Amino acid sequence: MKLAYWMYAGPAHIGTLRVASSFKNVHGIMHAPLGDDYFNVMRSMLERERDFTPVTASVVDRHVLARGSQEKVVDNITRKDAEENPDLIVLTPTCTSSILQEDLENFVERASLSTEGDVLLADVNHYRVNELQAADRTLDQIVQFYIEKARKQGDLLEAKTEQPSVNIIGMSTLGFHNQHDCTELKRLMTDLGIQVNEVIPEGASVHNLKRLPQAWFNLVPYRELGHMAAKYLEQEFGTPFVDITPMGVVETARCIRRIQQVLNEQGADVNYEAFIEEQTLHVSQAAWFSRSIDCQNLTGKKAVVYGDNTHAAAMTKILSREMGIHVVWAGTYCKYDQDWFRQEVSEYCDEVIINEDHGAIGDAIARVEPSAIFGTQMERHVGKRLNIPCGVIAAPIHIQDFPIGYKPFLGYEGTNQLADLVYNSFTLGMEDHLLEIFGGHDTKEVITKGISADSDLAWANDGLSELNKIPGFVRGKVKRNTEKFARERGFVEITAEILYAAKESVGA
Amino acid sequence: MRLFYLLLILEKEIEIMTLAETKPQALDFECETGNYHTFCPISCVAWLYQKIEDSFFLVIGTKTCGYFLQNAMGVMIFAEPRYAMAELEEGDISAKLNDYEELKRLCVQIKRDRNPSVIVWIGTCTTEIIKMDLEGLAPRLEAEIDIPIVVARANGLDYAFTQGEDTVLAAMAHRCPKAETATEPEEKKERNAISSLLNFGKQKEEVTAEESTYHDHEPLVLFGSLPDPVVTQLTLELKKQGVKVSGWLPAKRFTELPVISEGYYVNGINPFLSRTATTLMRRKKCKLIGSPFPIGPDGTRAWVEKICSVLGVEPQGLEEREAKIWANMEDYLEIIRGKSVFFMGDNLLEVSLARFLIRCGMTCPEIGIPYMDKRYQGAELKLLEQTCHEMGVPLPRIVEKPDNYNQVQRIYKENVDLVITGMAHANPLEARGINTKWSVEFTFAQMHGFANARDILELVTRPMRRNNSLKDLGWDKLVKEEAKV
Repeated sequence: MKLAYWMYAGPAHIGTLRVASSFKNVHGIMHAPLGDDYFNVMRSMLERERDFTPVTASVVDRHVLARGSQEKVVDNITRKDAEENPDLIVLTPTCTSSILQEDLENFVERASLSTEGDVLLADVNHYRVNELQAADRTLDQIVQFYIEKARKQGDLLEAKTEQPSVNIIGMSTLGFHNQHDCTELKRLMTDLGIQVNEVIPEGASVHNLKRLPQAWFNLVPYRELGHMAAKYLEQEFGTPFVDITPMGVVETARCIRRIQQVLNEQGADVNYEAFIEEQTLHVSQAAWFSRSIDCQNLTGKKAVVYGDNTHAAAMTKILSREMGIHVVWAGTYCKYDQDWFRQEVSEYCDEVIINEDHGAIGDAIARVEPSAIFGTQMERHVGKRLNIPCGVIAAPIHIQDFPIGYKPFLGYEGTNQLADLVYNSFTLGMEDHLLEIFGGHDTKEVITKGISADSDLAWANDGLSELNKIPGFVRGKVKRNTEKFARERGFVEITAEILYAAKESVGA
Repeated sequence: MRLFYLLLILEKEIEIMTLAETKPQALDFECETGNYHTFCPISCVAWLYQKIEDSFFLVIGTKTCGYFLQNAMGVMIFAEPRYAMAELEEGDISAKLNDYEELKRLCVQIKRDRNPSVIVWIGTCTTEIIKMDLEGLAPRLEAEIDIPIVVARANGLDYAFTQGEDTVLAAMAHRCPKAETATEPEEKKERNAISSLLNFGKQKEEVTAEESTYHDHEPLVLFGSLPDPVVTQLTLELKKQGVKVSGWLPAKRFTELPVISEGYYVNGINPFLSRTATTLMRRKKCKLIGSPFPIGPDGTRAWVEKICSVLGVEPQGLEEREAKIWANMEDYLEIIRGKSVFFMGDNLLEVSLARFLIRCGMTCPEIGIPYMDKRYQGAELKLLEQTCHEMGVPLPRIVEKPDNYNQVQRIYKENVDLVITGMAHANPLEARGINTKWSVEFTFAQMHGFANARDILELVTRPMRRNNSLKDLGWDKLVKEEAKV
């Protein structure tokens, strides 16, 4: 047993469902007790999704436990197949139902006898892997399934496209700024004259997975999702993959140069140097920001970085190399892949921290007292308590990570967004500081000041304690209305009863 | 048997009342046993840890449970957390580790770091499936580490969403002191949580009043977790009638649990507390006042009247009071009158809300509900029937454990004006031009009692008011193609 207050990565089934529901016309069936299907809530609320989340829970309750789940699961699979004609149904248990050790593989086999679409059981150990690993594994599993299927049916498309082309692998629902990153990468590929063959899993059809081998190379922008599938495709078809995250000016250039190399090795003749120079010096504002007088003031400021592997590593490099900021430590919660992280960041920071305990991370922040934090929502709150500004650069996702406006983290527009983020994080800290000096934020004290200073009315203790229970942002209004009410009716002392009588009469 | 007998007596009066007036067609109950979504019952931790200020909630479950609390419920543990997960790992599941030792290690740490007055163990689906004997372990550990441990099985195999609170209150009911222990000397005001346990009965009164303002009646304890201001409001409401509330379960602090002795009257203020009601009747030998719930001015009036009638008090001025509240809401009533509302079913407050909204002039084709205890909700169901009859509208069908997919088809077909639904379905329905309101908002809103009725309508009318202000823009259907059916 482990005492846990906070998790940076979710449970395995969340990863599986993120991948399944990213595909078009794929339905997830969860074999789970009531309430375990909050994935639907997350997707509907955080992504502000317009469509019903294609995930149904086949509810495990006492009756099902007593009788076994087979009938119910099989019924639900065939029912969903008939109702919505999905191309694929992915069955997944949760941590809870996986303990039941039911033969889900057998249920899947039985159900697929009577379904039009394909049925797969997500092959994931729910106690050994987390959301990120499970997502990677499920994507790999689905890709393999459809490649094998196409191979058997003889309609695998292996011939490379005429023009250089790419599969972008790893874009998924509920990913940190994935939607915008995806748009930005597609634009970048277009600028480079590279045709986008497939983007998976977001918005892809499983029927098109047989086209994956056509691409000249695979681009895997995120360390956490897509690697297994890319490796499989390399091994099966020799398709090379580029896994340099194009985040920040330097890394974006490195990624493009690597793409250039991969293409030229396959007989293309491309030279992106002029493009990189034009983007770096004149289009993206990030390089200019680094050279500007604003950024000069950031020189040598202390920052800490924490997040998933992809974003924490890239951010560390940006701060250190492109802005001259001193990264005191860089950390990740992706313990399972820590060697990679160490290798990526150790030359850009004083210390590397591998830890998924938010308390230890909070302590590490407090210990070094940085001028700014770049972390997750959790570090943002730690920062609030310590009065240190924080820019959010990584999941766990939050509604704020799904802005309406265009805010990619990758590519050249991403470099602009990151420059803004860095600049605002440091300067907002300064503004907070000024507010403090001039006595800004004040919520608790106002109420007593008002009472003792200019009021002809006395608040009885119970009235006052009720008033204090009212949320700060409406308290002033309630107080004014109550006093008005009391004055009109000639009360001199305001009790809890009068407070509520006033509420009733005013309706506020 | 005893339970049944008590309920029969208590329901008799209302029965006579309604039967005399009409013989309406009976309510139609249906159990769809479908695939439906509600929150997991462990979500009760989100409001109970705030309500019981000296508590610590330990949810014994998996990563799935923890991520739910953190993410879907938005329960963040930033400042000083008073709840945590005991995350079960592979060794716990395969019984390689000793449950007692593991829980001891965690609870000792909690006691050292947080020093709560009580640790509430929340059992989950996983502890059910691996048959972890929490009830057996708790007393041993409690004795060994000297801190009260209350065990509640708020699991999704047996319960839905708000029923989690029911499991916790039912477990806490056992810890309510009897009247004898309440005669301990009051002077010993020690800060130490353990010794203050002895002072159970000396609960600080929220509402101070001279004894003479009260009628002489048997002690009455109310149960159900409400925000403190609402507790005060309802207590005052009964005080106006000379009815004294001796205590609330739960109280603000575990060390101030109300005295509950044999023969006390008890009344639940929420529709999802049937297990607590049963526990109080069977174990504490209390008499349950089965009343409609104090939701909406109609429900609140019926609630006060029922309590008064059982305690032999003649209620005063309720009719005028109710009328005044209704008059005050006229601006909102205009918006919803004649409109229809559909409850997909989420928090078990559905019947009470439907009854209130029908009284407001709405119609209701369907009340979905995760679990329907016809006995505990008996008085409320009667009031629903009576309300439908008096308003001249058809009775809703009540669908237990509904199938959300089928419900959506019925919503399309019946062309309803407002759907009260869980969070998973709200945006997709809105995108298809259907007004929705999150059911979870009613779970957390302060909506009990006369004064708060307007707040319910503030929520209910908001989608209509919003869409009214957007209506000329032609933005009703925001999806390109309808889902294939």
